[in-house]
Amino acid sequence: MSNTSVLSVRDLVVEIPTRHGILRPVDHVSYDIAAGEILGVVGESGAGKSMTGNAVIGLLDPPARITSGQVLLSGQPVHSLKGEALRRLRGKRMGMIFQDPLTSLNPLLTIGDQLTETILEHLDVSQSEARRRAIAALDEVGIPAARQRIGSYPHEFSGGMRQRVVIALALCAEPDLVIADEPTTALDVSVQAQIIVLLKRLCRERGVAVMLVTHDMGVIAEAADRVAVMYAGRLAELGPVREVLGRARHPYTAGLMASTPLASQGRARLRQIPGAMPRLDALPPGCAFAPRCERAQARCREEPGPMLDTCDGRAACWFPLETGEKEEAEA
Amino acid sequence: MSAIIKVENLTRIFDVSKPWLNRVIERQPRALLTAVSEVSFEVPENSVYALVGESGSGKSTIGKIIVGLVPPTKGRVEIEGVDLASETDKARIDAVRADIQMIFQDPYASLNPRWRVRDIIAEPVAARGGKTEGLAERLLEQVGLSAQDAGKYPHEFSGGQRQRICIARALSSEPKIIVCDEPTSALDVSVQSQVLNLMSDLREEFGLTYLFISHDLTVVHHMADVIGVLYLGRLVEEAPRDVLFSNPKHPYTRMLFDAAPRMDAYGREVDPPKGEIPDAINPPSGCAFHPRCPLAVARCSSERPDMRRIGETRVACHLAQ
Repeated sequence: MSNTSVLSVRDLVVEIPTRHGILRPVDHVSYDIAAGEILGVVGESGAGKSMTGNAVIGLLDPPARITSGQVLLSGQPVHSLKGEALRRLRGKRMGMIFQDPLTSLNPLLTIGDQLTETILEHLDVSQSEARRRAIAALDEVGIPAARQRIGSYPHEFSGGMRQRVVIALALCAEPDLVIADEPTTALDVSVQAQIIVLLKRLCRERGVAVMLVTHDMGVIAEAADRVAVMYAGRLAELGPVREVLGRARHPYTAGLMASTPLASQGRARLRQIPGAMPRLDALPPGCAFAPRCERAQARCREEPGPMLDTCDGRAACWFPLETGEKEEAEA
Repeated sequence: MSAIIKVENLTRIFDVSKPWLNRVIERQPRALLTAVSEVSFEVPENSVYALVGESGSGKSTIGKIIVGLVPPTKGRVEIEGVDLASETDKARIDAVRADIQMIFQDPYASLNPRWRVRDIIAEPVAARGGKTEGLAERLLEQVGLSAQDAGKYPHEFSGGQRQRICIARALSSEPKIIVCDEPTSALDVSVQSQVLNLMSDLREEFGLTYLFISHDLTVVHHMADVIGVLYLGRLVEEAPRDVLFSNPKHPYTRMLFDAAPRMDAYGREVDPPKGEIPDAINPPSGCAFHPRCPLAVARCSSERPDMRRIGETRVACHLAQ
């Protein structure tokens, strides 16, 4: 696994020191992404999914910092890089797509300038070659009449087109890894469908590893190969998308799936998970999900929370749902 | 069942022109944005009517016109037989106003951070000089919070709890109609299900009528009795929930259903919809959807289709049958 994976995250811990003690928004998270694979990272707000992405690409806002664990890009550690070394890596080997396409583009530069700047920074090509590549990149993400539109400013594009420009920008230096943080959340469903198809195509054609952070289970189901479910800074469940969404083993994943309205359910009452995710400064002593969990027993509340590798490697739970048990639980 | 909300030929045009001096210097015409265009529908008492559409489809504007926050440019809205825009009898206006309340999308922006929860919830009653003693406490318990929460401030609550406070406020004047504008879009899924269940319970308990505005088809499918689909300010299709989902007649409705991500569609290879919503300042001629429509014929670009009734469905498409 680790020799073919583009990104390896090993026991990553991110901590934020505050006046009231140290918070851990990312707590011993480990996963791999292979070339050409899309790993979906889901969770509710505050689960640490964006923080994990930012830690990988070195965009943590101080005082948040990586306190232990490793981030390996094609086997090379990148979590300890700083300054210029990190700058060369970002954009060149790791690309980032943010949620809001308007704030991730510079409004004062034409999209052509922004693309050629990135290409010239990271690739050893001439000015005219950079421009040619910029047009090709815009063409590839489906911007009509790329040659004419390369001189346009971000505000002249619609939301969906802007997100395409951001994707072109993330991919123009031919990175090995792209982190897409809620890339379709700000977009309408019809445009969202276009962007997902585009991401999947580029991932497959170029063999880029993609970390797709989102809270939308539907997007994950359609786009991801594997999925990591996060809860209160930890991985709750990790596995192939069909397995995790179809036969969830962690009670949180199962609850998340059951509380999403499904067309087939009709008007039946939605199953709800009581309560809300605990705040990071008030985590329960045992499993973070125990206070909301129907299956919780004394062990869940007393022993330190279960981790993926201390359990079966699939669900971080002492009493995971067995395959086929989900139907009974819902009935 | 009689119609409690009646919307007839509703049109709302916003003037989004630049200031007149800029227009003169740059020789630009006035820019008029038609947010809502000739929309008609009726909401029967004690039902849930959902408006769905993408951004810019005019769904929120319709909601605001119905509660009276925005006046219509043309057409009329009758609530319990009273047209708020033209009615002159103050007592009747007041009576209708008390019967209609609104829940907004963002529970962080719709609660005054300097007011205590008690005052926020009692405000719709206090503003009309009603008795507010114990009201907030009672309502808080009804929406699943505790009576002690009445003395707290909004920042002490999570997003889902804040939306419960918004619901309690909407209930305080004992309304018959609640306009819900994307009430769960800002919430996480596990919290969304709590709020949707609460709204269903309250509807049964108080016999409420909901006008439910959302872009999320799964939520709409869960909540609505009748669904109206909007595109660029126009109502393109309206049908009872099961009819709409099993047999969508308008090509836009079909496109919307196909594009929505599905949880059971692992690695589905969709053929994504073409194009994007056009500019509402210069909408396409004829049927607004024709530039993106796979079925469009010459007539679609010249003649705007009327709403036609086919079975239980009302649809605005020349080719639907």
